[in-house]
Amino acid sequence: MSGFTFTIDGVDVPAQDGQTIMEAADAAGVYIPRLCDHQGLRHQGGCRVCTVKAAGRSFSACTQPATPGLQVENETPHINKLRRDLVEMLFHEGNHLCPICEASGNCELQAMAYRLDMTAPTKFPYLEPSRALDASHPDIALDTNRCISCGRCIRASQDIDRKGIFGYVGRGIRRRVAVDGADLAHTDAQVTDHAISDDVCPVGCIIRKRVGFATPIGERKFDQGLIGHEIEERGDD
Amino acid sequence: MTEEPRKVRIATASLAGCFGCHMAILDIDERLIELMKLVEIDRSPLTDIKRFHGRCDIGIIEGGCCNEENVEVLRDFRRHCDVLVAIGQCAIMGGLPAMRNAIMHSDEPLRECLEEAYISGRYIRNTTHDIPNDPALPLLLDKVYPVSEVVEVDYQIPGCAPTGDVIFETLTRLLAGRLPGFEREHIKFD
Repeated sequence: MSGFTFTIDGVDVPAQDGQTIMEAADAAGVYIPRLCDHQGLRHQGGCRVCTVKAAGRSFSACTQPATPGLQVENETPHINKLRRDLVEMLFHEGNHLCPICEASGNCELQAMAYRLDMTAPTKFPYLEPSRALDASHPDIALDTNRCISCGRCIRASQDIDRKGIFGYVGRGIRRRVAVDGADLAHTDAQVTDHAISDDVCPVGCIIRKRVGFATPIGERKFDQGLIGHEIEERGDD
Repeated sequence: MTEEPRKVRIATASLAGCFGCHMAILDIDERLIELMKLVEIDRSPLTDIKRFHGRCDIGIIEGGCCNEENVEVLRDFRRHCDVLVAIGQCAIMGGLPAMRNAIMHSDEPLRECLEEAYISGRYIRNTTHDIPNDPALPLLLDKVYPVSEVVEVDYQIPGCAPTGDVIFETLTRLLAGRLPGFEREHIKFD
């Protein structure tokens, strides 16, 4: 495998053939914000929060291969504004009530809002959709009010659990994540599935019952530091 | 003898909120003593004054609008305050009361909500089987509105509730004449 370098915001980043911009950036300790991409899952390029600019075009950094000499823009005010707008629209598209959500503090959508300096979501109208809660399964509940359609559970269930419990239905703004069955109890979902594990769902949609507030609000994952700080600390070594 | 500088006048109100943000104002703790040398509190639940005595410099709003009285109070605040600050998630985006908005998709949404709350809910013990309808009760709105959808808001401070530190910082910076925003680590939605 041959190596080469490209730049992100003017800093040299080493890469291998076939690596995406984000994979190379992660290894070099440069954090590119992302929601639908997750360690160990195949890349989707759906949420566009990882949008970067290079050669006058916008790419999703999680799917775009790095190429020698590519000059990538990542942390610019313009790109972060685009990212903030995307995150803001996600807040307005579903029912994201942080104070009542058991994922608050562990939620990547909320953490991304913090990182991108979104203090109050007000620019767009709230769609306030009416969405169902599926608590049929004895160990798992789904609160689809909080789903951001990132598809991480779909990929985890298909590729890692080899089950295909989740899938997309509908098109455009009506595209939703649905379960393959009348409800979750009528699928072969188990709480031990990777798709159900606590870090696959970035928000509070997939809920494992009876563990909700084991860690109190204020002492959770993103109360310890901004999202992406683990990756950025890699770059400090 | 030189005249003492005029104190900054502050008014506060809790609309469709839980008073948690007002509790958080008290979390300013002993710094309140220094603060009160610079400000005086006009209309507020803290002073129990119900009407404005004059124009205020800063108005602080907790909670969104769930009934017509909330709207009335909020408009009164906008008329009387130079700078209007919405504090807490309820004021900013409706918060917990806005949970009723998501069920507002049936033909008679408000009736459905009230019937479940007062009549058909599984754990309700309501001997009269009535939905409260005393004329003294303010009329409910069709849904819960964030403050910024009803009046122009100058600053929105997130949190449920914002910490005493964030509220103190907001006030001291406003008194100094500028509120450039907060360190990212201090902003929380919960």
